[in-house]
Amino acid sequence: MKTICFYFQIHQPFRLKRYRFFDIGKDHYYYDDFNNENIIRRIADRSFVPANQLMLDMIQASEGKFRFALSISGIALEQLQVYAPEVIDGFKELAKTGCVEFLAETYAHSLASLKDTEEFVEQVKQHTETIKELFGQTPTVFRNTELFYSDEIGSVVSSLGYKGMITEGAKHLLGWKSPNYLYASSSNPELKLLLRNYKLSDDIAFRFSNTHWNEFPLTADKFVRWISTTPESEQVVNLFMNYETFGELQSKESGIFEFMKALPRFAEESKISFSTPSEVVGKLKSVADIPVPYPVSWADEERDTTNWLGNQLQNAACSKLYSISERVRLIEDLRIKQDWMYLQCSDHFYYMSTKHSSDGSMRNVFSPYDSPYDAFTNYMNVLGDFITRVEAQYPSSIENDELNSLLSTIKNQGEEIVSLEKEIKKMKALKNKKAISSEANPKKTATKK
Amino acid sequence: MKALMFGWEFPPHILGGLGTASFGLTRGMAMQSDMDITFVIPKPYGDEDQSFLKIIGACNVPVNWRDVNYDQVKRKIGNTMAPELYYKLRDHIYADFSSIYTNELGCIGFSGRYPDNLLEEINNYSICAGVIARAADFDVIHSHDWLTYPAGIHAKMVTGKPLVIHVHATDFDRSRGNVNPQVFAIEKNGMDYADHIITVSNLTRDIVINKYHVDPRKVTTVHNAVEPVSKEIQNIIPNKNPKEKVVTFLGRITMQKGPEYFVEAAARVLERSKNIRFVMAGSGDKMVEMIDLAARRKISDRFHFTGFLKGKQVYEMLKSSDVYVMPSVSEPFGISPLEAMQVSVPTIISKQSGCAEILMNAIKLDYWDIDGMADAIYSICTYPDMAEFLQKEGKNEVDNIKWEYAGNRVRAIYEKVLRS
Repeated sequence: MKTICFYFQIHQPFRLKRYRFFDIGKDHYYYDDFNNENIIRRIADRSFVPANQLMLDMIQASEGKFRFALSISGIALEQLQVYAPEVIDGFKELAKTGCVEFLAETYAHSLASLKDTEEFVEQVKQHTETIKELFGQTPTVFRNTELFYSDEIGSVVSSLGYKGMITEGAKHLLGWKSPNYLYASSSNPELKLLLRNYKLSDDIAFRFSNTHWNEFPLTADKFVRWISTTPESEQVVNLFMNYETFGELQSKESGIFEFMKALPRFAEESKISFSTPSEVVGKLKSVADIPVPYPVSWADEERDTTNWLGNQLQNAACSKLYSISERVRLIEDLRIKQDWMYLQCSDHFYYMSTKHSSDGSMRNVFSPYDSPYDAFTNYMNVLGDFITRVEAQYPSSIENDELNSLLSTIKNQGEEIVSLEKEIKKMKALKNKKAISSEANPKKTATKK
Repeated sequence: MKALMFGWEFPPHILGGLGTASFGLTRGMAMQSDMDITFVIPKPYGDEDQSFLKIIGACNVPVNWRDVNYDQVKRKIGNTMAPELYYKLRDHIYADFSSIYTNELGCIGFSGRYPDNLLEEINNYSICAGVIARAADFDVIHSHDWLTYPAGIHAKMVTGKPLVIHVHATDFDRSRGNVNPQVFAIEKNGMDYADHIITVSNLTRDIVINKYHVDPRKVTTVHNAVEPVSKEIQNIIPNKNPKEKVVTFLGRITMQKGPEYFVEAAARVLERSKNIRFVMAGSGDKMVEMIDLAARRKISDRFHFTGFLKGKQVYEMLKSSDVYVMPSVSEPFGISPLEAMQVSVPTIISKQSGCAEILMNAIKLDYWDIDGMADAIYSICTYPDMAEFLQKEGKNEVDNIKWEYAGNRVRAIYEKVLRS
């Protein structure tokens, strides 16, 4: 029996405001609140709220047979909490049905998996904590930023205890193989890989309302037919896309909601079930190992990381950022910690991409900047200020090791002081007791004397 | 295909971008094996490169019949024109111009510059054009800029051959909107008579369509290109102080070029960093005002004026710069940023420049955005990766912008006007 595994992704960055170099050292607030609020509100109204309702209806109508997974970055959750709390409530309601699985990822939707393993691990832990706190689930399947995956990343994820990981069913990885099976990581075979079927996923996410597409209009029965006519042995179809597909990327008027609504009925007729990623990992056996020496992603024809770390500007900015990561991890200041997360967002690097789009212009549609150069300058100015703040906490003249030992000395001394103080209290209490008891029995002491 | 071109400047004796563009374009077109170009300018000096076209000086064209012998002609104008051509042209004098002062060969004198009696010189140029058009053999007429439109129209009237005019600038660019009505009239007349109009950018195309009310179907943009740098220029060793960065403005210091925005941006940058110097190279009617402005902003110690630079000096200046800025308020095209990028200098240009339409690896800003300009200057001077990236990618990009391609597009336009 075939199964469809849906996962929807939600992420929105904290876009930076226009930050000139003369603001460095004077202004420590970096975000474009107006824009951020506007965008997340628009997407919430047009997509997240109605999509949550749709999913809930579908689950109820199918009596729990419709199941899917959500992957929401920590940063997106923070934005939703501030600007669209009703969306979070919707997620909580979905979580209660037991038909929705939440996936683990990096808190900041960051590039840490490619640049800084220690930071990567910290962020994954932080994200898992947040999910547990909000939705009462502990994720068992991991999804990396932009579906980055390589053998190296696989080892780290596996060592963190995750059973499965989601990545792209890229042509250069699979060759003649089909993405419609469960695979395993070649470095750690106990880590199972779910590969995105990009053809069918993009049919919904990108081509659904494209009138030039030869399959337009896409209907639910046609779509299910495509899945049911795949070879008998192919067990799972992984459809991974942005949650914004519903209502934002594909407008409500395109009929995307009705399309989704009709899916479970046709799927049932063709005896196709729905599963969450962890169910797939639990139920199916992997058919082969997939070696991935270089990182892949789900972007562009190349399916590589060049959208984020493809040019000198991106690499310079990213290296500069992670050059202070050790330092930042020593810091307790909450505002610095928060800015540290927001600045790691992969989107900032995406805006610096100089990969030419089809029309030859370098302006990318989602970028708030005029050009990659503008994006770089603005980001570097902000980062410049951030680094001076970090250095103000701990001067850069001290080596990290030295600082670490000094800090642990301070910490040890602190602990010692605390324990000594406890002792003092105990002694004092003892002394007081004695004094009291001696007052109570003055005669005895007196006689003793 | 034979083209009769009318121009005003031709290297090495040039006063602005028009000469550079005329030279580049004709050279690019000459790469087409069957292209034959006759280029008319007011006053040749004899040291022009004529390997790929033929130059005729209007100052050597007889308009009054004089009986002069071969030796006399050869002695007088032999270095710029063959006496045979003189006699051929003399056979085609078409009217009585004895009211105009002419020399012993019956030719009118030209300054070849932009003198006060420019309109008179334009008119005389068009009289000579009438003689040339009657004598020369060509298929199409091509006029460069408003000074030569009347000549082009005249040639078209005489021969009935199609006229293509090339708009390198309009008076709206030069005057920030306060057009000179006489110049406007000449420009408008030229556009009305033209069979096709070539503009150097879409910015200029819009002006031609909207301000001169020309049918958009008649106007095509052919972006300018840039000549590859010569060995001599490549070998210039820049004179650089490694501890300091140099930011350069290079061009005429006039209202059109927006020099005041450069000074203001410099003042903003110097508030924060001290190891950057600013240079304003060139001369113009706003120079004194700019010196004064720099003094008022108290940045004169780091803001330098070089005066007018010529030939090799331009490249010496560019090569020792770390950033090139062109904040033009209205620039039909602007070849100089391309020249800067050729010698690997990161470039900041205004969005109001025609070249911004084709350049990807330059920083583009609104000319009035002095904060943005300051930020971009600071960024290039502070982040070595930014500078390196722009140097490398910028050079790659301009090395592929060739006059040959522009020439092919002009050729296609010729074919089109000849067919209709």
